[in-house]
Amino acid sequence: MSVHDLYVAAAYAAATVGIVGLIVWVLADQRARRREIAQLEASGVRRRSDRNAGSRA
Amino acid sequence: MSETTAQPRRWLDLANPTRFVALAGRCIPWLAGLSAAVLAVGLWLSFASPEDYQQGTTVRIMYIHVPFAWLSMLCYTIMAAAALGTLVWRHPLADVSLKAAAPIGAVFTGLALVTGSIWGKPMWGTWWVWDARLTSVFVLFLMYLGIIALSRAIEDQSRAARATAVITLVGFINIPIIKFSVDWWNTLHQPASVFRLDGPTIDASMLWPLMVMAVGFTLLFLTLHIAAMRTEIFRRRVAAMRRIEARRVETRSP
Repeated sequence: MSVHDLYVAAAYAAATVGIVGLIVWVLADQRARRREIAQLEASGVRRRSDRNAGSRA
Repeated sequence: MSETTAQPRRWLDLANPTRFVALAGRCIPWLAGLSAAVLAVGLWLSFASPEDYQQGTTVRIMYIHVPFAWLSMLCYTIMAAAALGTLVWRHPLADVSLKAAAPIGAVFTGLALVTGSIWGKPMWGTWWVWDARLTSVFVLFLMYLGIIALSRAIEDQSRAARATAVITLVGFINIPIIKFSVDWWNTLHQPASVFRLDGPTIDASMLWPLMVMAVGFTLLFLTLHIAAMRTEIFRRRVAAMRRIEARRVETRSP
């Protein structure tokens, strides 16, 4: 393995860490918000639009 | 309903966050699968392509560095369009789009800087120079961080949206500066070699992996942006529900 191969490996490793970290953050953020909505709904909190949709049904 | 009224109606439907969330749910798995497949082909092409006669194997860094750099500017351009949507048309999803795109743009810009720096050491003999292209991209990175901070610093959502939109539009001046910095000033960075009036100056054996990787990362960016927009809509729903909960507690207390 040449020294230049190490630079290529370092660049791809940095890109992998950045992209995988971004994907994990986006998914974790989404999961956390869904959990919050589920908890609020479980405690009986409904948005006005949800209540209207419910009464129309 | 006539054809002419049905067409704008479909666009208006997309402005409805609930419909956007439903549409995003259908699009995201397909977009994610497609971006993974295109990136896999791009990676295979990148490592199967020949070495450059001058750069040697380090040319492979270009297959990730260039798409990151393009996307750093594309993302900011999308944010500037969203800022116009907030200020001019008051589109309900415009601020959601801007706020969701900023962290993704910051990561792509950061990666363009890091991979460029790693390429620069063996090719230029230095990790960094304060030349026009590198400095203007670094300013873009700082602008992303500033926009992220500003959009989260103001509690009133509509005031935060307006302030962020104005700053984003002012900062858009940096995009043509980045693009033309290599033509306007004497820099270490090479001039454009793909999007040129006289055609690309890169050999097809290296242009193909570059273009496939660029398409793959663009699809990944779209996937992440739509997913982050959906999360931002959920975040606003949580805030609205917490306000309802707080009012309910207030009315109950004597």
